[in-house]
Amino acid sequence: MTVYATPGSPDSKVTFKSRYENWIGGEWVAPVKGQYFEDISPVNGKAFTEVARGTAEDIDLALDAAHKAAPAWGKTSAAERARVLNLIADTIDANLELLAVAETWDNGKPVRETLNADIPLAADHFRYFASAIRAQDGDHAQLDGDTVSYQFHEPLGVVGQIIPWNFPILMAVWKLAPALAAGNTVVLKPAEQTPASILVLIELLGNILPPGVVNIVNGFGLEAGKPLASSKRIRKIAFTGETSTGRLILQYASANIIPSTVELGGKSPNIFFSDVAQEKDAFYDKAQEGFVLFAFNQGEVCTAPSRALLQKPIYDSFLSDAVARTAKAIQGNPLDTNTQVGAQASNDQLEKILSYIDIGKKEGAKLALGGERADLGGDLTGGYYVQPTIFEGNNKMRLFQEEIFGPVLAVTSFTDYDDAISIANDTLYGLGAGVWSRNGNVAYRAGRDIQAGRVWVNNYHAYPAGAAFGGYKSSGIGRENNKLALGHYQQTKNLLVSYSENALGFF
Amino acid sequence: MSTPTLTAAVTIPGESLARVELAPVAVDLLRSLWQEHGPLMIHQSGGCCDGSSPMVFMAGEFITSDQDVRLGRFDLAEPGQPEQPLDFWMSVEQFAYWSHTFLTVDVVPGRGSGFSAEAPRGVRFLIRSRLMETAEPFAGPTTATTQPPTAEPVATETRPESVPA
Repeated sequence: MTVYATPGSPDSKVTFKSRYENWIGGEWVAPVKGQYFEDISPVNGKAFTEVARGTAEDIDLALDAAHKAAPAWGKTSAAERARVLNLIADTIDANLELLAVAETWDNGKPVRETLNADIPLAADHFRYFASAIRAQDGDHAQLDGDTVSYQFHEPLGVVGQIIPWNFPILMAVWKLAPALAAGNTVVLKPAEQTPASILVLIELLGNILPPGVVNIVNGFGLEAGKPLASSKRIRKIAFTGETSTGRLILQYASANIIPSTVELGGKSPNIFFSDVAQEKDAFYDKAQEGFVLFAFNQGEVCTAPSRALLQKPIYDSFLSDAVARTAKAIQGNPLDTNTQVGAQASNDQLEKILSYIDIGKKEGAKLALGGERADLGGDLTGGYYVQPTIFEGNNKMRLFQEEIFGPVLAVTSFTDYDDAISIANDTLYGLGAGVWSRNGNVAYRAGRDIQAGRVWVNNYHAYPAGAAFGGYKSSGIGRENNKLALGHYQQTKNLLVSYSENALGFF
Repeated sequence: MSTPTLTAAVTIPGESLARVELAPVAVDLLRSLWQEHGPLMIHQSGGCCDGSSPMVFMAGEFITSDQDVRLGRFDLAEPGQPEQPLDFWMSVEQFAYWSHTFLTVDVVPGRGSGFSAEAPRGVRFLIRSRLMETAEPFAGPTTATTQPPTAEPVATETRPESVPA
């Protein structure tokens, strides 16, 4: 067990600056209007640094830098870009603890997650896209004896990316790695709740990335996000966030006739068929853990398995075991490697979760565990902690239909296969899902019948580079984490070449 | 004099009861934002991150369509002043799952993302919910024969079993 020292204390792995400017053209640039806002750690509810409150003027400066860097970066060889991406990955690995503590302090998530998931995955995603871009071939077709069609991948140019606050570094990397591999330059706006950790990372990369290839402007959505998303000077906008802003971003993209990929969340079903409980063996234990994963990252995951569907014969016994297991989850100081449940990312997020617990009770859902804000005492009293909470109810309740983005699980039962699929698909969203069964045929069929972009079969919450991630239905457009993402950051150039000496004969 | 709670005028054809209100603190904040930005609108969000928060945009900035339902209209104006209409919108598909609940727009300290106008103020609009008080909150006696829009039958079909009939 390790308890990392609090940032600001002499022994801390990370030292935040007292103030962060924007990162533009490979250096710190003060915001044009000279304004800053406080960054609050959800661990204790206290401000620990301040960051630039960027505006349209700063977005323009960042776009200037990105446009200046784009022609040269776009023409570097795939081998050179891959070298840079691998170097970034090595730098992330070499600074694992520093970045993990920074991320935990900014977001509130347990350091055991940042040490073992967020930061190592970030490094690996860069390595994956370094490999993917080197392995990517163009296309050609011999259309007739003298005519050949060649297809080349070209970068789009300058792209905009707006990042969510639930995995501030990893979500930035999911978007940055394919964009950079494909030869684009980027203007990136982090979430206003978690603006600092990505700046700690970019400072480490200052000597690796050519100036202007990645530019980071912080600020509020209306003041900095909108000028970026609606700019005529980007060739693509990527966004992860909620549906109203997602629609607004698609609307801005349509005005500029540029592509947009949006990831807008989910309400993922986690289905447990009866055969899961036929033995109380290692697999049963694994399935129990799979149930408790609703509390992973305090439930602040777009794919959080926030609807558990239990087959009727095992409903009572499986739920009873799972509630007992959830009750053992260790909630505490996020900087303690033993802590399994940390802080929600912001005060308004905490309030929103409590408002859902309230409506859950009003709708008649039965509380099986938790249901309260957690006061962890001492310095953590001011932090934003919610007890892991389990409700029983039915799929028409709002608890079952809305992404609470907190450690709140809604449990219901199903009778048979068709009932399970019907409940699973009765949702606006289609991002993630889980299926648990010892019967491979059932698991396969369910995996195919659930309308979601990612179905975990007999596991959950794994995000390996290489496995495509993205939504069906209102969960969004586009795929990340897989070489398919390169296509979202590339233009197709067709060169149609005639090797004939003879005229066409029309005129 | 302190600001009172503001209840929305009914805007869904065939309905007679309000579905949404503004807490006094929300009225004050919206008036202040109106002074800064001009006319405003609210679109109820769903999904990831700040989903489920009501998003305040400049009026007309967010293009609504047949895929949206207008739950109500507020007049933010002080008594005796020219009208300051503020529409509250939600997507039709989301309304199908929300229609049995009455919504109160409140304000809490915090820092939301998304493009909602209040974020720089260090506060966040938040929805509080309670069940609609009657099983049939929609059709008033004078409007019962009015053909309701698509949102209404959806609403009645999806009321959860737990709503008292």
